[in-house]
Amino acid sequence: MSERKWTDEQKKQYYEMLGEIQQVDFVLVELNLYLNTHPHDHKAINQYNEFAQKSMALKNKFQSMFGPLTNFGNSFSTYPWSWDDAPWPWQV
Amino acid sequence: MWIYEKKLQYPVRVNKCDPRMAKFLIEQYGGADGELAAALRYMNQRYTVPDKVIGILNDIGTEEFAHLEMIATMVYKLTKDATAEQMKEAGLGDHYANHDKALFYHNASGVPWTASYIQAKGDPIADLYEDIAAEEKARATYQWLINMTDDVDLIDSLSFLREREIVHSQRFREAVEILKADREQKKIF
Repeated sequence: MSERKWTDEQKKQYYEMLGEIQQVDFVLVELNLYLNTHPHDHKAINQYNEFAQKSMALKNKFQSMFGPLTNFGNSFSTYPWSWDDAPWPWQV
Repeated sequence: MWIYEKKLQYPVRVNKCDPRMAKFLIEQYGGADGELAAALRYMNQRYTVPDKVIGILNDIGTEEFAHLEMIATMVYKLTKDATAEQMKEAGLGDHYANHDKALFYHNASGVPWTASYIQAKGDPIADLYEDIAAEEKARATYQWLINMTDDVDLIDSLSFLREREIVHSQRFREAVEILKADREQKKIF
């Protein structure tokens, strides 16, 4: 599909918001792996749930501006369909 | 079932053309201790390990695919503007002759990936010790790769990947302890 035309301001915002999502999602990956071997760590579970909520909120905002992050019904679609629009992760 | 997320796990900022470094990085793409080997090894072992450690293999295996995508991004960006001449000078003439600038699952010397790099023994302790060794070997490879570049952005991404190997190794070591404790408990009661 066609590549989106972004202004410099949009590009800056894209990288900033993506960076925030990457940070929050990293916490979730790390806690997930940790909890697989420490299932009774109550504090870690609370932190996991807290960051899961943060991640969802950040992604909702990001997707309303830059289109869906996930496919197969895990993100709502824009009109027109933009899931397969560039940029893909290796292009940014 | 997997859901694709249109983002890298960690940023890969590469703005220069350096096919020489790309050639070395391919080691972690299609090499014996690379991310493809890791992902496929864990994803395959998970079917026959005890329930208590399936999740560990499943989730680390999934993260390895995200690392594979990061390595691919580095290689893609480092070579995308290279001329045929630059590819040749970087020692990628053999690769170019066969693949142009497409990525391929082979190691830094061009040896294609093979399933004989990985094992599934049907014995969870044997499998997990292999997994710990795999993580330590990958960690060492990342260090050797870091030693060969002075690109601070590339070093940043490679350092992230090196650290993940340490964490994965730790989780696999804990998995071994979980299985050992389980075995002891079965003996006692």
